[in-house]
Amino acid sequence: MQFGLSEEQILLQDNVNRFLDDNSPLDRVRTYADGGEDTDIWAELAELGIPALLIPEAQGGIGLQPMDAAIVAECLGSHIAPTPFLGSAVMAPTALVASGGDHGDLLAAIAAGTTRVGIAFGEAIKRRNDAGVTVKDGRMSGTSMYAFDAQADVYLVADQHQHIYLVRADDPGLTRSHLATVDKTRRTVELEYNNVAAETVSTAASVFEAAIDMGRVALAADTLGAAQNMLDQAVEYAKQREQFNRPIGSFQAVKHMCAEMAAELEPCRSMVWFAGHALAELPEEARVTACHTKAHLAEVGQFVAKTSTEVHGGMGFTDLVGLHYWFKRIGANRQWLGAPEFVREEAAVLQGI
Amino acid sequence: MDLSFGPEYDDFRADVVSFLANNADKAPKGNDLRGEAAKDWQKLLIENGYTCRTIPKEYGGYGAEPDILKARIIAEEFSSARVNGGLGGQGISMLVPTLLEMGTQEQKEQFIRPTIHGDMLWCQGYSEPGAGSDLASLTTSAVLDGDEWVINGQKIWTSTAHIADWIFCLVRSEPDAPKHKGISFLLFDMKTPGIEVRPLVDMTGVANFNETFFTDVRLPKHQIVGERGEGWQVANAILGHERETLAPANTAQTRINALIELMKQETVNGDALINNPVYRERLMKIQGKVMAMRFNELRILSARLNPGQDPGLARMITKLEGTELRHDLEGLAIDVMGEMGLAYDDNPHLRNSGSWQREYMYFLGLIIGGGTSQIQKNIISERGLGMPREPKFEKAS
Repeated sequence: MQFGLSEEQILLQDNVNRFLDDNSPLDRVRTYADGGEDTDIWAELAELGIPALLIPEAQGGIGLQPMDAAIVAECLGSHIAPTPFLGSAVMAPTALVASGGDHGDLLAAIAAGTTRVGIAFGEAIKRRNDAGVTVKDGRMSGTSMYAFDAQADVYLVADQHQHIYLVRADDPGLTRSHLATVDKTRRTVELEYNNVAAETVSTAASVFEAAIDMGRVALAADTLGAAQNMLDQAVEYAKQREQFNRPIGSFQAVKHMCAEMAAELEPCRSMVWFAGHALAELPEEARVTACHTKAHLAEVGQFVAKTSTEVHGGMGFTDLVGLHYWFKRIGANRQWLGAPEFVREEAAVLQGI
Repeated sequence: MDLSFGPEYDDFRADVVSFLANNADKAPKGNDLRGEAAKDWQKLLIENGYTCRTIPKEYGGYGAEPDILKARIIAEEFSSARVNGGLGGQGISMLVPTLLEMGTQEQKEQFIRPTIHGDMLWCQGYSEPGAGSDLASLTTSAVLDGDEWVINGQKIWTSTAHIADWIFCLVRSEPDAPKHKGISFLLFDMKTPGIEVRPLVDMTGVANFNETFFTDVRLPKHQIVGERGEGWQVANAILGHERETLAPANTAQTRINALIELMKQETVNGDALINNPVYRERLMKIQGKVMAMRFNELRILSARLNPGQDPGLARMITKLEGTELRHDLEGLAIDVMGEMGLAYDDNPHLRNSGSWQREYMYFLGLIIGGGTSQIQKNIISERGLGMPREPKFEKAS
């Protein structure tokens, strides 16, 4: 019995963290947030094999497991790195492989980092207002909101029946407009389809579910990394900052906030590991665990984001320290692919409750 | 990641399950510490190695090598079958491990067998009215007079003192030494003249706690565990372990499953509570937390089995998180039942024998006892996160 990371996984984690320490420091994130590109970071992550993680070796990938993807997501969240990881490396490969279709060329291009695949699943999870897509005779019409990766080459789009289609970003019928959100570390877009060529990837619910479960665990892992980083910053700040001739971290009012954050966050690490492991090895538990992990990390992440900002006092509220990038990333992870109440209801239904 | 325990353990689990299937009807229902049924059940469990498993045979135990996974399997199966896992009490859970580690040969031979067989019931004399969270400031005095210790002072929260045969007690024997170095760990008979026990009724309505007064209580000099002035180390040898086991996640899992059943059966205006969206949401939120704590425990288990694996803060947070979680869980059951959730004592409408209210309050007791939540937060922040300690103030003279 061994519950935790293997030596290979610790090595993977160290490698990705070291790369991101050098290539995605806060200043670099700010450049992206101010309108810059993430293409250089993604190209170098491709050198490390990151987009190829979940793609089988036969298709030019590395053939690792969901838990490995969760480990990388945690590193990216910790560094609030701007990358198309969630769509291109996690959800798209999961859906394409699960579909059983012949997507060898596309998977090889994803693995090489030369093709970015965006995800527009919002309408299949919970359709807001008048968004939604319809497909007839291979042509798609309608609108997807909050699709992620603003610079994708192709998109996987899900309709309300959880059927998945592939559309090309350069299709003349596709209009892509930027949707500003609070989270400046990743960009979302609105996709408007006007008679766009749509290739059917899957009409099976199981394919959609595989992609959404993996995506939710990856988002939870991203929040885990971001929240741990915020907690670490708060503890460090509380040790340095002095008031009343004492480090503020020696006041119980402050140190108890840190203890509460740590106490809530520590079990989350085990939960993310288990959820990742379950996706590959425990099909009976995988779906409920993915829902609960997504929802629980959203709650703990929100608590840590607020509390660690408070520990920083007024500085936490400024742009100077930059904590707000983590705060907003955690906020975005909470809403993407299903907000907590929505996902918990799904967990109940999955248990026959 | 490898969650399997291995075939040897699958066989062991099957043995436990079959033992439970064949014998569960003999198990006593309550937490009786003295009755014959409880003692007989205890003997049967020891014979089969399901309690006191690693206590040597020469002291009346089962005598198995320590095996973390087997201990875990026993706990899991007894918990999920909701069968009494044997005698509890602080003699078995705290004194016996302490004696095994630090007691003399005579002490082991004299005390362990009768304690684990239920013939000798112990109480613990640690806390005092003036020494709660700051336990090391205790003032009950022990003065050596010839070959006897003479004890004077008062203890509080002494569970089962009113029925206990003996007490293990922390006393100040070296008044001039620094506070952590002036304490000794003594053992004495509760029938010794000079002991007065006054029951302390707790909020659940039970008088399990007591105030215990000592006036010139005399006991032989050799009834000490460890050396003079080493009592603090003796007591701390196993305290951390107690904290971790106060609110195990598998019990929380059993309770949330019971709550789901309750919510399926109970109705309001003819509709099952489980269909109420607000209650469902609260239920699922707590289920998610229970799940996180279960996996946290797996990580602790794994770190014990695989030296070199870092459990992070996983162990340090279990008392704080586990007790608060159980309090919330039991409280949700009361909320969903509305006024039916208030049922207590002999109310004919009790659900699950009134356990929801009882456990709701009992876990508030555990949030406070065994190191309060606030003390836990000090430990987590200072020892876990390396934050600066609160400045210490010496007692004004």
